[in-house]
Amino acid sequence: MKRELLKFLAFALFVCLVPLACRGGYLINVLLFVGINTMLAIALNLLLGYAGQISLGHAGFFGLGAYLSGILTVTYGWNPWLAMPAAAALVGCLAGLLGFPILKLRGHYLAMATLGMGIIIYIVFNETIELTGGPSGLSGIANLSIGSLTFDSDCKNYYLVWFFALVTVLFSLNVANSRIGRALKAINDSEVAARVVGVNARLLKVQIFALSAIICSLAGSLYAHCMTFISPASFGFNFSVELLTMVVIGGLGSVYGPFLGAALLTLLPEILRGANDYDIVIYGALLVLMVMFMPGGLVRGFPELRRRLAKRKGGVEHA
Amino acid sequence: MRRRFVGMVSGLTVMLFCGSALAAGTIKIGGLFAVTGPASFLGDPGKKTFELLVKKANENGGINGMKLEAVIYDTGGDATKAVQLATKLIKDDKVSVILGPTTTGESMAVIPVAEREKIPMISCGAGVKITEPAKHCVFKTPANDHVAVEKILGYMAGKKQKTIALLTVTDGFGASGREQLKLLAKQKGFTILADEVYGPKDTDMTAQLTKIRSIKPDAIICWGTNPGPAVITRNVKQLGIKTPLYMSHGVASKEYIRLAGAAAAEGIILPTGKLAIYNFLSKSDPQAKLLKEYVQQYYEAYHEEASTFGGYAYDAFQLISNAIKTGGGTPEQIRTGIEHASKLVSVSGIFTMSPKDHNGLDLSAFEMVRITNGEWALAR
Amino acid sequence: MGKGRGESLLVETGYSMQFSQILQYLLSGLSIGAIYALIGVGFSIIYNATGIINFAQGEFVMLGGMLTLFFLEMLKFPLWLAIPCAIAASTAAGILFERLAIRPLRRPTPINLVILTIGGSILIRGLAMLVWGKDTHAIPSFSGDEPISIGGATILPQHLWILGVTLLMVSVNKFYFNRTISGKAMRACAYNRRAASLVGIDVRRMVMLSFAISSAMGAVAGIIVAPLTMVAYDVGGMLGLKGFCAAIVGGMSSGIPTVMGGLILGVLESMGAGLISSGYKDAIAFIVLLLLLFLRPQGLFGKPESERV
Repeated sequence: MKRELLKFLAFALFVCLVPLACRGGYLINVLLFVGINTMLAIALNLLLGYAGQISLGHAGFFGLGAYLSGILTVTYGWNPWLAMPAAAALVGCLAGLLGFPILKLRGHYLAMATLGMGIIIYIVFNETIELTGGPSGLSGIANLSIGSLTFDSDCKNYYLVWFFALVTVLFSLNVANSRIGRALKAINDSEVAARVVGVNARLLKVQIFALSAIICSLAGSLYAHCMTFISPASFGFNFSVELLTMVVIGGLGSVYGPFLGAALLTLLPEILRGANDYDIVIYGALLVLMVMFMPGGLVRGFPELRRRLAKRKGGVEHA
Repeated sequence: MRRRFVGMVSGLTVMLFCGSALAAGTIKIGGLFAVTGPASFLGDPGKKTFELLVKKANENGGINGMKLEAVIYDTGGDATKAVQLATKLIKDDKVSVILGPTTTGESMAVIPVAEREKIPMISCGAGVKITEPAKHCVFKTPANDHVAVEKILGYMAGKKQKTIALLTVTDGFGASGREQLKLLAKQKGFTILADEVYGPKDTDMTAQLTKIRSIKPDAIICWGTNPGPAVITRNVKQLGIKTPLYMSHGVASKEYIRLAGAAAAEGIILPTGKLAIYNFLSKSDPQAKLLKEYVQQYYEAYHEEASTFGGYAYDAFQLISNAIKTGGGTPEQIRTGIEHASKLVSVSGIFTMSPKDHNGLDLSAFEMVRITNGEWALAR
Repeated sequence: MGKGRGESLLVETGYSMQFSQILQYLLSGLSIGAIYALIGVGFSIIYNATGIINFAQGEFVMLGGMLTLFFLEMLKFPLWLAIPCAIAASTAAGILFERLAIRPLRRPTPINLVILTIGGSILIRGLAMLVWGKDTHAIPSFSGDEPISIGGATILPQHLWILGVTLLMVSVNKFYFNRTISGKAMRACAYNRRAASLVGIDVRRMVMLSFAISSAMGAVAGIIVAPLTMVAYDVGGMLGLKGFCAAIVGGMSSGIPTVMGGLILGVLESMGAGLISSGYKDAIAFIVLLLLLFLRPQGLFGKPESERV
């Protein structure tokens, strides 16, 4: 536990120091999105990595958080700090309600149900024009502020977002090492066996689903207040798939894996920017290669590679 | 008037005092285009046009002796990316002005950044919201949707068509058109009998059209960009609907006729910028010469047909280079210069900006055309 | 009296119009649903042979259309030759994908395979964009564009092609899986891979064959639908998604249930758009599908299974 804490502190320190290296430029804006995506990936990892339940609709919860925050502050003039928990609570309730029938499904039926849920949410954003502004989006969302400090620059927003992201990391660290985490892993291995030893699998799955949705909603609210503009296109099916990719590429069921995945997939397009039209090809090829050569994700990939290399070396020496 | 005077004087002063210093320098222009993704048909010609114009300008010795440097990024049509890249252009590349982004959604997302950093941007998005109300640093070159809508409704009034069925796409372009159509139809005494929509990736719209057919409107107005309208045109033919079909300026390219097929597209009426019909214009038309040149230059460089969408970038570049010529190369000078553009002849029309009007085009930017035998013909 | 008759006449014409309208929705829905069905069957074949949900399935639909266009316009082949060439080339692409990406995978967990096929689909789409550009293209219809009237509704000859080809493909499939040795071997793989390999079935060959068959089916779907919907490098995503739904509604069967799934989805969309709201048509389709799944968590056509632990 102590080692875990040290690891976390080192990570937090790293996060705090990074902006100094990029001197307030554009990179910090990208890193801000790494923070938001880290929150989302951790949320999905709780569901997928620990409880073994797939979701292809998490972009919907992300969008709901963003839109609820946006609408409550722009249309109804709420204080952003009030809108954020209100949105999270609403999304949590909705996910809880939907969770009961949805999580009764398994395997690809579950994939399809969550996919459908995500698409329905996306369509609602597009169609309720009076409320959401429809496809043209919702603009004029206020920045967050504490007293006289307004989070209106990338640098300030970076620290704001990463504060929340670090709290999420800490939270998932706690879940992983708690009774709940173990119960979830048991469900992942065998739901029936978990039930037999007295885990209320159904309720626990719904709870983790709702929790995951709440984190997504918070990330969505932060996104809305940082960007000050939102449109449905950011919350479609493709983004749900991207989140899934982040979690798997990073490493399922680990605490820092989602961060690695989020960082890689957010930074990769920036690195590939010079490649013009070739970027999409390289991106696709990299995904394929990563799964082929690091099936355990980034977080396990490097130790694994090293071990394999060492083994090969050892083998040579023996010969 | 007074402001224009002040602007001119300050511009002159700058030229007098630092002319030599500036002459040696370069001006960086940022370009944000949706070169890939769903809006690539808008962004790609825009980027190509911009690259072409910068190259030409530098070959001719730059503007006022200053070389131009283009920094271009692909947003993929994504609002988040657009904001990040706008920040990159401003903070890292230190551009003086931004040309783009391509779509309305991206533009709305980038506006707060441009306003905060006081860097002028000229959007290539069509949505009215971009410049209404007018923002300090934000301009746009495509004519506002309501100009196109007014043109169509004016034409319909002439034909005594009173009832309309709408069929619009559920993206930024369609939503903006739908809003303007509903608003202006009400003001001008038209009745909207049906208000149907379709998704940008939908492949069959017979259901919507069957419903519209049963309502029997005087006209159908479709608002979208390819390929949706081409599918709709074919569906209309399939269902044997004889009601006049109007399209938006979003399909004013030969591409649309090619996709829908000349037979199905026969008789479709739409408003278009003058680029599509440049060879029908009289010699005395102020835009005629410029349009012909643009089409030729574009074809020489890329072996493709120049499109209205590339024209938006042309307009933006014209506004910028005109501003640099008259004012100077700092962001604020460029901004003032653009705002003071007057009777500037370009591809989409003749621009006259003012502090209240950051679009600068009026009804004369469009002509109504009818598709006849796979070609455009002026509709009277 | 006269008034009464007039009224009843009005009701009658109203009724007949209603009927032709609904028939139109039905026919439109069935023909687009048939495409979903073909793509869905492709999903199911691979799933049954390998347990992989191949998210790149939609890209083979795109490849079918784009390759036909390529053979037609670039190589100036006639349509009857361009189509088999396009199917052959797409099939080759499917086999290549299996050999290069799926087979060498060291730890093939289901979720890794999902990401792998997603990566593959991005890769294929990107390559298509580089090779053929970003424009949308039209492909000529197989037998003209003259509408055919059926009871007040109209369809195009191409719709008949779609329905006919779908029927043919499904019957050939059924024959293959029930009557031929390799088809039965593939079914054996679906039931139990280890047992299949123990009785001497080359499971690896079967996996490759499943990719070949489903990419061919995807290509066929792409080719027959292209004259109606046009084709571009990015059409695969949406169609793939719908095909995936069709397959799931059909319980991942490679036969009639998936075809039914596709048709139900197509008709739901078209009826939803015509009778309720065009904006919510996809949402309506999904809500109905979700409700059905909630009521029958084992799939529409599946029997409840007891899980062995």
